[in-house]
Amino acid sequence: MAVATKVTQETRVPVVVIDNAEITYKVFASGRRATRGNSGGGLLFKKLKLQEVHAVKGVSFTVYEGESIGIIGSNGSGKSSLMSALAGLTPLTGGAIYANARPSLLGVGGILLPNLSGEKNILLGGLAMGFNKKEIAAKVDDITSFAGLQDFVGLPMRTYSQGMSARLRFSIAASKDHEILIIDEALAVGDQEFRNRSEARMREMRENAGTVFLVSHSMKSIIDTCTRVIWIEKGELRMDGDPKKITAAYNKFVGSTTVD
Amino acid sequence: MSAEEYALSHGLKKVGARPGLLKYIAETVSRINFAYTLASYGNEAANAKSRLGSWWNILLPTIQAATYGLIFGLILGANKPDNFLPFLFTGVFLFSYISGSFSLGAGAIISNSGLVKSLSFPRVLLPLSIVMSQTLNLLPQLLVLAVVLISVQQTISWTWLMLVPLIALLFIFNFGLAMIMARITVHVRDLNKLVPFISRILFYVSGVFFSVEKIFSPESIFAQLITLNPIYDFLNLARSYLVEGYPQQPEQWITVSIWSFSVFVIGFVFFWSAEERYGRGD
Repeated sequence: MAVATKVTQETRVPVVVIDNAEITYKVFASGRRATRGNSGGGLLFKKLKLQEVHAVKGVSFTVYEGESIGIIGSNGSGKSSLMSALAGLTPLTGGAIYANARPSLLGVGGILLPNLSGEKNILLGGLAMGFNKKEIAAKVDDITSFAGLQDFVGLPMRTYSQGMSARLRFSIAASKDHEILIIDEALAVGDQEFRNRSEARMREMRENAGTVFLVSHSMKSIIDTCTRVIWIEKGELRMDGDPKKITAAYNKFVGSTTVD
Repeated sequence: MSAEEYALSHGLKKVGARPGLLKYIAETVSRINFAYTLASYGNEAANAKSRLGSWWNILLPTIQAATYGLIFGLILGANKPDNFLPFLFTGVFLFSYISGSFSLGAGAIISNSGLVKSLSFPRVLLPLSIVMSQTLNLLPQLLVLAVVLISVQQTISWTWLMLVPLIALLFIFNFGLAMIMARITVHVRDLNKLVPFISRILFYVSGVFFSVEKIFSPESIFAQLITLNPIYDFLNLARSYLVEGYPQQPEQWITVSIWSFSVFVIGFVFFWSAEERYGRGD
């Protein structure tokens, strides 16, 4: 129970409460190294068994109105699993998450429909977010120019580079004022100019009473856009607090002295 | 105060909890445009890479029906159903509408994991979109069917219009099937490998290319089993309005309506009750 430990917290308005969240994946695999020991047993007796991967091991914290949260941690630490659960896309195996609105997740990869043009993906994404046809049609040009893809919007999305498709997907998601938006490394592949534009848009969303979660390995982005940082390591909450302090501790942990 | 009481007292709601049935239906209806747009774009994208493009929607089933006509026509010989070509085309086109919804519906969630993992929307829109796209594919095939009917039977009949309510019922039936299959394959992924065989078996036991009365005696167990099959009823009913020489049996409307609505209601509730489990990270 990480809630209400300080008296001052009582007066703040919570927007997200994560209460002892646990995520376990069940994977059907032998779990043995292919290069070690005997992999025998033949075709019929491969000894596949249901293995459990404990990705998030009881994380609790509360997010208050007006905060924007940076989430940091090594690869495989459970950040993305936790964010996907926060968005309601991955079911929790234990604990619970409460929020004042349905959070939207913007993650890496996952092009909508690769064989369709960028423009059609904009329309589809907009409809899925709950815009009607007219509203989203009116936004197409804005979204395209925000993404800086005016010359490519007619081409199928499979022809886009990783950075281009990340830009388009961010621009689609950012066209709506989300109450809670989770950005999971989606900006890592964008170029500097686009990064500045999207960070400005995130600050704007926060000013419109939205809450932003930013998962990133760029400590500079985290310090520039977040008011609080949560460090998750091996599925557990390691540190929680001021961006400069936590990122400094994290940099020390990973043995890096650079800021970015 | 526990975290739950604290959260609820500030008006927060549990994330990922399945919405109530009525709210779910309302959300689905309000985003129905997404399903339709996905269906029409999906069809377009599927044909974009071949030279003949959307013509394949007509060509493939026509070639298929013609091939069956040749092979089964030879095998069945004198046991061919009366008025064979209209009988066969009606059967093949409508059956492919059902089997397409059934087998593509089975992949509605598992083949769209990109969409499911990146956007939140009522997942039932995915099987709905599959059935919509199958319906869009069926429409041009009906033109081919009309050409076959006119050239063989030399007449146009008002009774053909009965196909409209029939296809409406088939839509409901197919949507139900697609929802059931979409959920089952999420739990038992291996089933997706068996889907082609199931639809093949359905093809042989639905009287697509043979008339049950001509092959089996009415008392035989096969004849009894086949007449229990709702697909057989749908095809029979369609033929009775399209193909000359097949008497109308209005009581079959009751049978197919009961089937359609039961499969639909069961399918919807079955699909909705696992809503929060789709999009698992596996």
